[in-house]
Amino acid sequence: MPLTTNTILICAGGACISSGEESVKNALERKIKEYNLQEAIKIVETGCMGACSIGPLMVIYPEGVYYQKLTPKAAEKIVEEHLLKGRIVEEYLYKGDKGKIVPQPQEEIPFFSRQVKIATRNLGIIDPLNIEEYIARDGYFALYKALKEMKPEEVINTIKESGLRGRGGAGFPTGLKWEFARKAPGDEKYMICNADEGDPGAFMDRSILEGDPHTIIEAMTIAGYAIGANKGYVYVRAEYPIAIERLSEALKQAHEYGFLGENILDSGFSFDIEIRIGAGAFVCGEETALINSIEGKRGQPRVKPPYPAQKGLWGKPTNINNVETLACVPPIIKNGPQWFRQWGTEKSPGTKVFALAGKVKNTGLVEVPMGITLRELIYEIGGGSPTGKKIKAVQTGGPSGGVIPEEYFDTPVDFESLTQLGAIIGSGGMIVLDEDDCMVDVAKFFLEFTVDESCGKCTPCREGTKIMYEILNKITNGEGTEDDIETLEKLGNIIKDSSLCGLGQTAPNPVLSTLRYYKDEYIAHVRDKACPAKKCRNLISYVIDTSKCVGCTACARVCPASCIDGEIKKPHEIDQEACIKCGSCIEVCRFGAISKVSPALD
Amino acid sequence: MLETCEKHIELYKELDSYIQNFKGKKGALINVLHKAQELFGWLPPEVQEYVADKLNISPATVYGVVTFYNFFSTKPKGKSQIKICLGTACYVKGADRVMERFLDELGISEGEVTKDGKFSVHGVRCLGACSMAPVVLVGEKDFYGKVTPDMVPSILKKYKGEG
Repeated sequence: MPLTTNTILICAGGACISSGEESVKNALERKIKEYNLQEAIKIVETGCMGACSIGPLMVIYPEGVYYQKLTPKAAEKIVEEHLLKGRIVEEYLYKGDKGKIVPQPQEEIPFFSRQVKIATRNLGIIDPLNIEEYIARDGYFALYKALKEMKPEEVINTIKESGLRGRGGAGFPTGLKWEFARKAPGDEKYMICNADEGDPGAFMDRSILEGDPHTIIEAMTIAGYAIGANKGYVYVRAEYPIAIERLSEALKQAHEYGFLGENILDSGFSFDIEIRIGAGAFVCGEETALINSIEGKRGQPRVKPPYPAQKGLWGKPTNINNVETLACVPPIIKNGPQWFRQWGTEKSPGTKVFALAGKVKNTGLVEVPMGITLRELIYEIGGGSPTGKKIKAVQTGGPSGGVIPEEYFDTPVDFESLTQLGAIIGSGGMIVLDEDDCMVDVAKFFLEFTVDESCGKCTPCREGTKIMYEILNKITNGEGTEDDIETLEKLGNIIKDSSLCGLGQTAPNPVLSTLRYYKDEYIAHVRDKACPAKKCRNLISYVIDTSKCVGCTACARVCPASCIDGEIKKPHEIDQEACIKCGSCIEVCRFGAISKVSPALD
Repeated sequence: MLETCEKHIELYKELDSYIQNFKGKKGALINVLHKAQELFGWLPPEVQEYVADKLNISPATVYGVVTFYNFFSTKPKGKSQIKICLGTACYVKGADRVMERFLDELGISEGEVTKDGKFSVHGVRCLGACSMAPVVLVGEKDFYGKVTPDMVPSILKKYKGEG
């Protein structure tokens, strides 16, 4: 076999694909072939490397040089310079503070160095479609240990002692869940992996499935052994075709290697996994709705109790864990519960993966110890605002969560602390909001989502969220009254108390939490007909400052409503009657002459 | 039995062989509907009845499932489906304005198909590429990240020749 001199790891995560990873890879391959280096240089497409804002990304080994914001042209240059001549191409290296070039940011930059990767330990490091690379990173060692050296009860105790809690949102202790399923009477039991990642803004489960599918197979098999199930299902969203493809391939490999199927590793234990594809219903992330969906039914939640541990899939005892939770299982089994507890807090041990998005510089996927403060997460790791605008709040937990204002950014991130603030960790989506974001509008966005996704079973959720949405619509249109604000609060609490499932019980949270911290914004909308963030269209006008306008005509040319008039080199004017408030003009003006005012001009 | 043209006979055959895979397995309906929609592009009443017949369940049950899930469509879709991510990150970065521009350029409303059958525009749930917000997906594979309303005409141009 010829010696491989260099290995190129290229990130094939969702964001890198959407920014052109494939054309970069093709360019690399073309150039490498041109110089006849195919034998010496290996290209590996990995899962998400996490630093999504600077993609497409690749790392060249053995040096570990980190190239970012790649283009096909960049790739060609890197082959010719770096791979052929050993000269690092500086223009595509990571640039830190003050433009300082950092060839190996993994060690120096907080975005990378502050992370502790447990659930995402293999992302961006291995080829997800190569089982041997997974094994080389201690993959399936935990399965061997569990099946050969531990009794099911010992496996459960290890998970219990580690303090691992469900990463899908509720934070229920995983070991306890396993114990319930183990103790439930019945010979036929099921193990389900919930990969119906529905919270908008969260993409860790997608990334784990795409970047490290074997860890889910290994963890599910361990869980199956612990609870006494021989059959597992992975329920994946239809929106994640790449995850489905890679998981299917990984299942095949696991069978070939004897990690799945009959008599695994000669232990006498048999286990198999089937993939079930969702069909676009947010409520199916709720475990009983998910069970109905696997059974081929409408995904409506069931009444609890009985809990799935007693009566789940096909009426049999069933255990359901989320993707990220499962990804923590193999390392805990392998290294022991105390190892896991060295990170995090007493009540929330270990790490959590967060998806940073919105108005923050370093968007992407980060895994950090629980107990880190929001400020560290958003400013140190996230790099703060990309535009210099003031960061106002962070929205956590998606449609079930709430907003946390900047004043509270020193709060440690753990299950209890965020709940106390009226938000939740949820699945780990963190959307950073700045002064341009209107809190009433954000609440309205989430309510629109819940109205659409309410399954219709419980009246308070089905009808109540609709009424709340209509009221929010009225307020953002400038037609609201102060009574409306009171109704929102009352209705929100009723829906919380009277809904069957988690979706309904948490649906009012985005409204209640914005009301808690930003009531003044609501009041401005109803009393002054003004939107302080200048976001709500009916409450703003665009105006041109005639002292700053140089008459370049850029705005007039881009205006889709042709409502900007003016001669060249003379100040322009917006016809307020005709303006559709699309904001195109403000984006093209290079002189800062256009601004928004609220309330709207008559 | 249903009246079908020759092309459809082939599609039904393919659906049949897919259904065979699920013999003896429970809860196949959703997977079968996915396959049917992949083959026919949407789920017209006759396809729903066909599936019901083959799986030996009532058409009402099939219809109930089809209408419950966003992914299944009881209306035809355009050759190029433009999916605009309406996740939170995309929303705060202006996905609503991108959507508006697409609809404006094509002269249709959300879910409608253009007269030439080439395009339909759909708001979809988070596509999980939040760092590239706002994100637009054309067909199954063509991702566009950091889309601004101004980019819309040039994106559409790429697909106008097709079909």
